[in-house]
Amino acid sequence: MTDLTADTLRRTVLTDSARIRRRNASERRFRMLGIIAVTIGVLALIGLLTSIFSSGLSSFRQTYISLDIYLDPAKLDKDGDRNPATIAKVSTFGYLPLIETALKDAMAAKGVAVEGLNAKTAAALISKEAPADLRKLVLADPANIGQTVHFNLLAAGRIDGYYKGRVTMASAELDSNVSPEQLMLADKLKTAGILTSSFNWSFFTAPDASDTRPEAAGLGVAIIGSAYMMLIVLVLSLPLGVAASIYLEEFAPQNRFTDLIEVNIANLAAVPSIVFGILGLAVLINFVGLPQSAPVVGGLVLTLMTLPTIIIATRAALKAVPPSIRDAALGVGASKMQATFHHVLPLAMPGILTGTIIGLARALGETAPLLLIGMVAFVREYPRSPPEGFFDPASALPVQVYNWTQRGDPAFIERASGAIIVLLVFLLCMNLIAVILRRRFERRW
Amino acid sequence: MNVLSDAAVEKALEQKMTEVDYKMIGQDVSVYYGEKRALFDVNLNVRKNTVTALIGPSGCGKSTFLRCLNRMNDTIASCRVTGKITLDGMDIYDPSIDVVELRARVGMVFQKPNPFPKSIYENIAYGPRIHGLARSKADLDQIVEGSLQKAGLWNEVKDRLQESGTGLSGGQQQRLCIARAVAVSPEVILMDEPCSALDPIATAKVEELIHELRANFTIVIVTHSMQQAARVSQRTAMFHLGLLVEENDTDKMFTNPDDQRTQDYIMGRFG
Repeated sequence: MTDLTADTLRRTVLTDSARIRRRNASERRFRMLGIIAVTIGVLALIGLLTSIFSSGLSSFRQTYISLDIYLDPAKLDKDGDRNPATIAKVSTFGYLPLIETALKDAMAAKGVAVEGLNAKTAAALISKEAPADLRKLVLADPANIGQTVHFNLLAAGRIDGYYKGRVTMASAELDSNVSPEQLMLADKLKTAGILTSSFNWSFFTAPDASDTRPEAAGLGVAIIGSAYMMLIVLVLSLPLGVAASIYLEEFAPQNRFTDLIEVNIANLAAVPSIVFGILGLAVLINFVGLPQSAPVVGGLVLTLMTLPTIIIATRAALKAVPPSIRDAALGVGASKMQATFHHVLPLAMPGILTGTIIGLARALGETAPLLLIGMVAFVREYPRSPPEGFFDPASALPVQVYNWTQRGDPAFIERASGAIIVLLVFLLCMNLIAVILRRRFERRW
Repeated sequence: MNVLSDAAVEKALEQKMTEVDYKMIGQDVSVYYGEKRALFDVNLNVRKNTVTALIGPSGCGKSTFLRCLNRMNDTIASCRVTGKITLDGMDIYDPSIDVVELRARVGMVFQKPNPFPKSIYENIAYGPRIHGLARSKADLDQIVEGSLQKAGLWNEVKDRLQESGTGLSGGQQQRLCIARAVAVSPEVILMDEPCSALDPIATAKVEELIHELRANFTIVIVTHSMQQAARVSQRTAMFHLGLLVEENDTDKMFTNPDDQRTQDYIMGRFG
């Protein structure tokens, strides 16, 4: 009898039957499929990041030409009394000769010369934006007039592109904006130490620039616009969303009306974002009369878009809190509100925060509705500080990307990729904040 | 001047005696979950400073009745209660009753230990704090210590009051929940199968605790274990299919019950 049992046992465990082989094979197949799916995903991500970083990273470095410029009082302040009004009258064209002279002197001092280039064509190496920068320096501090200042002048976009591999001698032959001689001069200036490259701070601070000056274009206005909108979205949608969820989940009676609300929230979450843009245009701008291109309109539209996401996430988080906790609180005589706010809400907080940050991240990257409310406009002026600034025209990060990809100059493609990197870094930071907050809450509870 | 007859005075006195004797009185209590009726006209009185055990097979309505006693059924939207339940002669389903106050006077311990995911101290201190029972930190400390001592948990946790209540063992967690219920000084403590998730040793400790608590509290306990009912209670009520079959002294119930169904259930013929 015992022999028989042992025999049966051995057979059931060890026998290599066709059925067991099939079962094991299907397990292996499923695992393989999973690995393949993950690999494809990871490869796609790597491909995406490589393409963005390879074309965008260079936008964080910029070519400058550093010169000692004599700010000639005879040209900048004819009256000689340092009256800001007279100084302000001198336009950027008044500064151009100073730069030309400074470059000529520097070339002479270092013995740099290229045949076929005169002072004017040599000065074309310098961006058209540079005189404006110089003028800003003088207007900010008129005491500089009469002094010799050391100034880093933006190099022209083509020269910058030459050092980033975008422009070659061959392409310069065909280009009306740059000649091979100018590139040769740039090389010589580089060996002489006049042409340098350094970190591009102005990419984060400068406003957008016109089509012919890609080297001066920056994200300043877009970052401020996006920040204003995120502020509005956070301040409006978090309290509204959480309050609505708590009411629906913990207090509302279960009836037709709440069912209807529930269905509508779910539907609202699936509405294409451009529809919210049309709503913003029709209601907020045309009916209420809010200004176009203003962060307040963008913020309100994005709030409407984010609310369903936050409500759904918050309700899921509240649902995930075990009912035994509510019972426990009610059992010691806590009121429904006390049970909710003292026990349920803190336990749901990590989930709520995650939902909110996911919603915010989506709002930060949203482009379509902003196009409709005029945020795509070319804005050079910084918006004021809040609250007035909410009504000033501004741009937004994703819209700036969209905007730059439409421009003709290939230098804008680099800028657009750079802007995408900035956007990705912001999203990464937001996720990081979500993780940190979640950790903190979990430790406390 | 009307002079009451001797008989009338006697009757009134007797009534008063019974009123005092009974902490809670249930009259014709019926419970409906939507269309389904879960309890049929139950008349069950709970005596003061007595442990009353509710027994019966699963789904017989004993937990439903228990949850009527502190209106925990209110949290279920579809639930409807008819009949009358009084606490010290006061109708607890009267619209003027504050259900939160009621639950402070009629505490509850649940089937699964459900400490708050906070420190042991906070678990106990929460109830007294929301009811304003402690005037100072020292007061609160005293309530916490007293409650833990009453629950027989003080010696085990006095050095780690700031640690999480969820880090305790199952038996300790359940005693923590009892201490939490005791901390708001209720008059009645309802226990819904408090030992069903505990091992025999932890069960023995909780049962011992129930014995001690009887001196100060009125206890109603739902249990699936006949032995437990016999060990801890003085009165036992047997439910079956939403009906109160029999209510009697525990000793009588387990030796010579009046009803055949009780006999069958206790003997293990059904359930």
